Amino acid sequence: MPLEKITTVTGQGVYVPGDDIDTDRIIPARFMKCVTFDGLGEYLFYDVRHDGNDKLTEHALNNPNFSSASIMLSGMNFGCGSSREHAPQSLYRAGFRAIIAGNFAEIFFGNSINLGMPCVSLDEAGRIKLASMIESDPTLELKIDLVDREIVAGDTHFNFDIRDGARESLMNGKWDPIDELLNNVTSIEKVAKSLSYN
Amino acid sequence: MEKLNLFQKVWKNHEVNKLENGQTQLFVGRHLIHEVTSPQAFGMLKEKGLPVRYPERTFATVDHIVPTDEINEPYSDPLADAMIKELRKNCEDTGVTFFDVSSGKQGIVHVVGPEQGLTQPGMTIACGDSHTSTHGAFGAIAFGVGTSQVRDLLATQTLALSPLKVRRIEVNGNLAPGVYAKDVILHIIRKLGVNGGTGFAYEYAGDVFDNFSMEERMTACNMSIEGGARVGYVNPDQKTFEYLRGRPYSPSESDWDTAVSTWELLASDPGCNYDDIVHFDASEISPTVTWGINPAQAISVEENIPDPTQLSTTEASSTREALEYMKLKAGTPIKGTAIDVAFIGSCTNGRFSDLEEVANRIQGHKVKENVKAIVVPGSQIVSKVAQEKGLDTIFKEAGFEWRNAGCSMCLAMNPDKLIGDQLCASSSNRNFKGRQGSPTGRTMLMSPLMVAAAAISGEITDSREVFPS
Ligand code: SF4
Repeated sequence: MPLEKITTVTGQGVYVPGDDIDTDRIIPARFMKCVTFDGLGEYLFYDVRHDGNDKLTEHALNNPNFSSASIMLSGMNFGCGSSREHAPQSLYRAGFRAIIAGNFAEIFFGNSINLGMPCVSLDEAGRIKLASMIESDPTLELKIDLVDREIVAGDTHFNFDIRDGARESLMNGKWDPIDELLNNVTSIEKVAKSLSYN
Repeated sequence: MEKLNLFQKVWKNHEVNKLENGQTQLFVGRHLIHEVTSPQAFGMLKEKGLPVRYPERTFATVDHIVPTDEINEPYSDPLADAMIKELRKNCEDTGVTFFDVSSGKQGIVHVVGPEQGLTQPGMTIACGDSHTSTHGAFGAIAFGVGTSQVRDLLATQTLALSPLKVRRIEVNGNLAPGVYAKDVILHIIRKLGVNGGTGFAYEYAGDVFDNFSMEERMTACNMSIEGGARVGYVNPDQKTFEYLRGRPYSPSESDWDTAVSTWELLASDPGCNYDDIVHFDASEISPTVTWGINPAQAISVEENIPDPTQLSTTEASSTREALEYMKLKAGTPIKGTAIDVAFIGSCTNGRFSDLEEVANRIQGHKVKENVKAIVVPGSQIVSKVAQEKGLDTIFKEAGFEWRNAGCSMCLAMNPDKLIGDQLCASSSNRNFKGRQGSPTGRTMLMSPLMVAAAAISGEITDSREVFPS
């Protein structure tokens, strides 16, 4: 089945401030006791969304104004830490379709692209401006345009960065590489045989 | 001939194809799996009706969820029990070798690989776990992957990847007594930052790495990812080859000389190109402790906790957040911070030499009242060798609990967890908020001997004062 060609992502935004938001924060380890990813959306940012008595905190994701957000805005080094795909999976299953941050930890970035969830890098001035636009108008529609490499929010345009390879795979509907990898059986076998170990 | 670094040589040997998006299809010679990040991948494979292409290249163990105080199944946690059974079944169904708890070879995946001789110079190694960088200590290119990539590996033994840049990190001079591999890597991360390594493989070199044992090299490579570098490696040398000789999956005696002569060609060529080179002076490294909520938030045990009012605005806000979470006071000495729990173990510091070093020093000492101190060997083999040498008795006499092998309190997916805002002196690798099982639990990372010193004094202490040499 051909994959969707992802050229734009539109939706409401939510701002989750902070640098170095790690994968343990995104999905605490105790919720990884599962053999499928279904249901992970519920536990997104669990420990910062709940206090010690399981009551909801003031976290942006608990704010009903942002409950239909599908684009997250955050700080530097988003998704650092573990390789757990549980992190992007929980974001995706909670309804997120794109992440905007200063930059991304490498494994998190790759895992997200594999799910067809663009991760785009925006400079600090842009993040500050966009954050205040989102906070003052939660219904504001954001458009992440991969073709023109820009985020459109109302009348404002922000240029963003994204690795070329990732951008192309999203736009060409090749973000999940499995079919292409499976195509090259003969070359795979050739390399396997050429190695000094098995 | 073109001069290449080890990363470039290994990469070249494993290239299969160029993909449409410009990435490389890279062959991965060894695939290691564990119970947390593999079941979904097997599920995806089943959904697509795909077989495991090279089952003989994948090896499994169970580490994150195993309880360390009971081994009998069913486990009291039904979710954990379901996970081990699922892994066992997936391995049986597909022909993947599984170092099960009953095998005597089970343990943390990054301890088991080298121990079994599965990790060898010049290999590409991947595992659904970010600390796969550990295996780079042998001159392999080893990195963590997500679960969809575990699927790609099971189905094709290949991945879609972009090459990394290489930064050579040289640490020259001599380390002072009481300064360990853990201090060296914490120092490097402190200086280069938690995302300083994004896009890079770290090549560790210089006197300090030349002199390190294989286990010390593993400790340093293990934490590469904490500095943002997905790969960390040391060029292989005689020490590497000696470590591997005679291990179960090492080349046999008859193939040995050929293997070594291939391995000898892998080290980075003198005069080869690097994207960046940084130097550190070994004499500037002291026993190091983290005070914050990421591994770069670290200081020497002699220093004071940073004061946000003395810092730039960006640094100040993250420092404030960290100090508030850690309940530490700005500007005061880190020494003397009271601890509740002491944890010795993990894929960073749960190997035999880690336990031996501590056991040699703690005799005649007792763990402070009210401190819970546990030792969790990195594998069943580490545990067995340690017991044969009587280390378990030494630990128990000093007041430590001696547990079975696993990840345990490194990430607390098993019953070993912090409670409330307990503060843990830990030999593991992550001090993220909530990492050790309690959403408000606090972690301070340090070397195993510094953990022992803290356990004995009940507070963060310079291990050189508790155990004068
Ligand atoms: S010991 Fe800790 S870091 Fe290492 S594999 Fe286990 S959970 Fe991960």
